[in-house]
Amino acid sequence: MNFDYTDDQKALKEEARRFLASVSPLTVVRAVLDDPGRGLDEGLWARIVEQGWCGAAIPESYGGLGIGYVELCALAEELGRSLAPVPFASSVYQFAEALLVAGSEDQKQAWLPRVAAGEVVGALAFSEGAGVLRGDRLATRFAHGRLSGVKLPVTDGLFATHAVVLAAGTDGPGLYLVDLAGPGVSREGLATIEPTRGEAQVTFDGAPAEPLGAPGEGAALLERIHDRAAILLAFEALGGADRCLEMARDYALERYAFGRPIGGYQAIKHKLADVFVANEVLRANAYYGAWALSTDAAELPVAAAAARVAACNAYWLASKENIQTHGGIGFTWEADCHLFYRRARHVGLAIGATRDWKRRLAARLEARLAAEANQESAR
Amino acid sequence: MNFEDSPQEAEYRARVRRWIEANAPDLGPLSAEERRNWHPRHKEIARQWQATKADAGYACISWPKERGGAGGSAIEEAIFNQEEARAGVQFTYFMTGLHMLLPALMEHSTDAASLAQVAPAVRGDTIWCQLFSEPASGSDSAGVRCAAVREGDGWRINGQKVWNSGAQAADFGMLVARTDPDRPKHKGLTVFWLDMKTPGVEVRPIRMMSGDNELNEVFLTDVFIPDNQRIGDVDGGWKVVISTLMNERAALGSGTGLNWRDVMKLAASVPSWEGTALDDPAFREWLADYYVQSEAIRLTSFRTLTSLSKGQAPGPESSGGKLLWANTTQAMTSQALDLLDHFGLVDDPDMAAAGGAFQHRFMWAPGLRLGGGTDEIMKNIIAERVLGLPGDIRVDKTVPFREIPSGR
Repeated sequence: MNFDYTDDQKALKEEARRFLASVSPLTVVRAVLDDPGRGLDEGLWARIVEQGWCGAAIPESYGGLGIGYVELCALAEELGRSLAPVPFASSVYQFAEALLVAGSEDQKQAWLPRVAAGEVVGALAFSEGAGVLRGDRLATRFAHGRLSGVKLPVTDGLFATHAVVLAAGTDGPGLYLVDLAGPGVSREGLATIEPTRGEAQVTFDGAPAEPLGAPGEGAALLERIHDRAAILLAFEALGGADRCLEMARDYALERYAFGRPIGGYQAIKHKLADVFVANEVLRANAYYGAWALSTDAAELPVAAAAARVAACNAYWLASKENIQTHGGIGFTWEADCHLFYRRARHVGLAIGATRDWKRRLAARLEARLAAEANQESAR
Repeated sequence: MNFEDSPQEAEYRARVRRWIEANAPDLGPLSAEERRNWHPRHKEIARQWQATKADAGYACISWPKERGGAGGSAIEEAIFNQEEARAGVQFTYFMTGLHMLLPALMEHSTDAASLAQVAPAVRGDTIWCQLFSEPASGSDSAGVRCAAVREGDGWRINGQKVWNSGAQAADFGMLVARTDPDRPKHKGLTVFWLDMKTPGVEVRPIRMMSGDNELNEVFLTDVFIPDNQRIGDVDGGWKVVISTLMNERAALGSGTGLNWRDVMKLAASVPSWEGTALDDPAFREWLADYYVQSEAIRLTSFRTLTSLSKGQAPGPESSGGKLLWANTTQAMTSQALDLLDHFGLVDDPDMAAAGGAFQHRFMWAPGLRLGGGTDEIMKNIIAERVLGLPGDIRVDKTVPFREIPSGR
């Protein structure tokens, strides 16, 4: 039994932490925040691409390093901890996974090496305005090789070179691969509560696109892609939530009130103990997700939804209680607390809000219970 | 990230699984009444199973052979416990003694007669209980008033203990008493073991709010304990107490009993506005949160096993286990009652859903949040030992015990 990172994976994680601490301190994140419309740090992205991280889980036969998903989870945890303002989550957890899940052999050969090399930066475009996504009510349409409609918002949609788009085809919803620099595409950056992860409105007006995966299967494919992204994003949340707890703990030790450190008061101690427990709940569920992802286990859909729910809950709690522990100073622009509060919400909304994932988790548990009952009666 | 045993672990697991299948007691013939804890037939089956395990080298596997153990590893013991739980033949009678008290006795006593008590307990021939808490010493576990006064080659004990699980049936107890009230509270305590049949020991069951009687008060009146039954140094008892409490909290975090499957099956059996209660979106949202938290307890135990498998001490990850388990259990049983609506009140075993298990657990749940360290104490432990935050300001730490205000 090794329900933990291996020693090699721990070494990779430590190396990634050191690297990110040097190239992506919070001053880098803040510089993006203070420059509206920028949405990322291109120089930092280039450094991360150089590390080969984009291809960590992409098989060698498709130009990746093929070192594995647990390793990618370890990198995600460190990227989340650093708040690195880069399109890694879009290009690697979503676009590359979309190709791996839905792409034909030719598509994988054509695109995955370019994602691994960072030449292609991918985005996944599914949302169409407010509310939960309904596969049966898509306004974006695909016909005769061309896409038309508006996707809003699209994470990293301004910087990405290509996108996988969910759109209504003649056989129902499908996924379509489109060159965002090609004709019929216009893009506009959006003002959001998390400017260090750029969001865009992407408008397609007869943009040439090719189908990815079977027509009519778009909703099911998107769900599988999002399951995989949910596990990787849970690791980003874990890194961020752990750092929030450390920041709060350090401040509680340093800040004196009524003649002693505020960390000596039970009001603070018990609050931070609750954050610790929520983070451990997340870690357990995220590790389970990493196991399911790395072994392509039948439990993956349940594990992914559970990791997602735990991630949204824990990161939200840790980021808001970090501000609360800091008191008034934590509410200032100058303090770093709000950077995590913003990111916690970004992670928690970017592939569907908690409410939606709780709904999925319950449905999947129901299915598992039914399957177990069938097995039992078959015996 | 994997759950697979190493080849040696897998071989060991297969071996113990076969052995358990061949030797485990059959509880089938017992009536529901006889299957309750402390029923004589149930207890006798548990005793025999413990002896069978001891004979085969499967009791206290990680303990040294001269103490009745098998000289095995912590991971072997954990694997055996998993397989035993899987087979449904894990009993609680011996846990206080074997998981909490006797490890501390072995660690802190060098007396041959005292150490000779260990092996019979491993065989299940004797049951041990803990005599620590007092009416004025609960979370304040060093606030012990029960007095031990030197007399010849031993000690004369007077005082009262409370919340003593299993004391009504225990053969031996481990007692903490105050040997020097003029020293600060942590520095005047001494630990002893005693025969529960010693004159002057009186056990009175306490009826808990759940209706169960497993907890007791123990009154000690002029009880004599020979000095060789002292565990650790005179006035050095706090160290022994800490050893046992750490073991208790680790054991309580394991999380057993009703789980997400039970509450889902219950929901599916209950009619609602449309379909069953399982179709209610509010229930489904709750279920998702409950699953995530309760599964975390199970998954975290695999992290602990990972440490054991590597021969390492478990890390802080399990510190939240008991807190989480107690609170999710209370929330889940309360939710189950809500699902049943008005009928949730009914706990008649012949009529109630799941034989009244949800109602019974619901009535136990407040105790889960109190016993073995209250929620508040567990949070202090996490904050201080894991996060490194300072302890509370203590007005009682350096003053002589007899001068500490008692509010009376």
